[in-house]
Amino acid sequence: MAQHEHDEHGSELSETQLRVRALETVLTEKGYIDPAALDLIIEAYETKIGPHTGARVVAKAWHDPAFKRALLDDGSKAVRTLGHESRVGDHLVAIENTPARHNMVVCTLCSCYPWDVLGLPPVWYKSAPYRSRAVKDPRGVLADFGVALPASTEIRVWDSTAETRFLVLPMRPSGTEGWSEDRLTQLVTRDAMIGTGLPKRPDEVT
Amino acid sequence: MNGVHDMGGMDGFGKVEPEPNEPVFHAPWEGRVLAMQRAMGYAGAWPIDASRFAQERLAPQAYLGASYYQRWALGMERNLVERGYAETDELASGRALRSGKPLARKLTSDVVSQGMTRGSFYRQAQAPARFKPGDRVRTKNIHPPTHTRLPRYARGRLGVIELVHGCHAFPDTMAIDKGDNPQWLYTVMFEGKELWGPDADPTVKISIDAFEPYLDPA
Repeated sequence: MAQHEHDEHGSELSETQLRVRALETVLTEKGYIDPAALDLIIEAYETKIGPHTGARVVAKAWHDPAFKRALLDDGSKAVRTLGHESRVGDHLVAIENTPARHNMVVCTLCSCYPWDVLGLPPVWYKSAPYRSRAVKDPRGVLADFGVALPASTEIRVWDSTAETRFLVLPMRPSGTEGWSEDRLTQLVTRDAMIGTGLPKRPDEVT
Repeated sequence: MNGVHDMGGMDGFGKVEPEPNEPVFHAPWEGRVLAMQRAMGYAGAWPIDASRFAQERLAPQAYLGASYYQRWALGMERNLVERGYAETDELASGRALRSGKPLARKLTSDVVSQGMTRGSFYRQAQAPARFKPGDRVRTKNIHPPTHTRLPRYARGRLGVIELVHGCHAFPDTMAIDKGDNPQWLYTVMFEGKELWGPDADPTVKISIDAFEPYLDPA
């Protein structure tokens, strides 16, 4: 049996836990997988890969007009120049919010998400309520997040139906003139990069 | 296939409920499932579209009743059995009863970072792109019983080509082991009213990424 140092603390194992344990044991015994490599993958998602990467990308785009142009021109290429821990695959497309247009990203068919720059998707993103409603009632979904946009703002929903991955470039909050890139990073939330939220206001951060 | 996975535009699922300070995984087994999937992908056991198709073929009540990572595990079990990597008695007993099938490579600790890098889906074009940005297109009204990435809500609808993403492996054939079959990929934008009727919010526009075989000129 494969070793499972990661198992739950409780004494009773759920049916799912047992089933997943059986799956891992069979795959290990067959020589298909190496549990030590699985540990490293999990550790990477728990400690290294997450929305802080996307936040850095957004803050740099706010701070550096040349980088912003490069990002909007070829997302994968521009993000690769930053050399962060997670490697960015092809097909990343950055989409810019403007006063006239707000972008929001969904995957109605499964739960495609830009893992390389945002980490693993939250449960709500993968849930039936979000996947079903985002394309039909995006303003209603935004209301679930406490976001109300002007009635005149165009809402543009991007359904990720292929291997293209979308990163929303939110608008830089006003009152941040002269801020450093590091300071700007604090304003960028995960939801702002999905389009279900807005960046923090300057008075919400230190 | 017209499954429950194709949720765009359905009513009745309720509000979106964000979870404050959500953990990366809600239980350790979720991470194991995710990592196993990555490892089997790296090994070349089956393409990502076959993972999606296996989940789509779960019974609707099973699909809706399962969490995201439970669906992954169920889909993985299905691909393992269907492709001869394991048998049901092995999965049930939690022991390998027969030796494994050869795989192209194995994800070991020294190659984890390569294994976590998303592969490219770009493929050599077989023909020039048929459409360019600004072209009006109508999506086909097709209902294949197998995997497709053309959602039901966007079939038979008039849209405009907005972006051309190059030539990509075609999921519809990849999922059923009929090869890359490279196709041009486009972002196609639709007015809300075109999809949801005259009462739709006039400020809403929706796009899908559509492969060329899904599109006719309009």
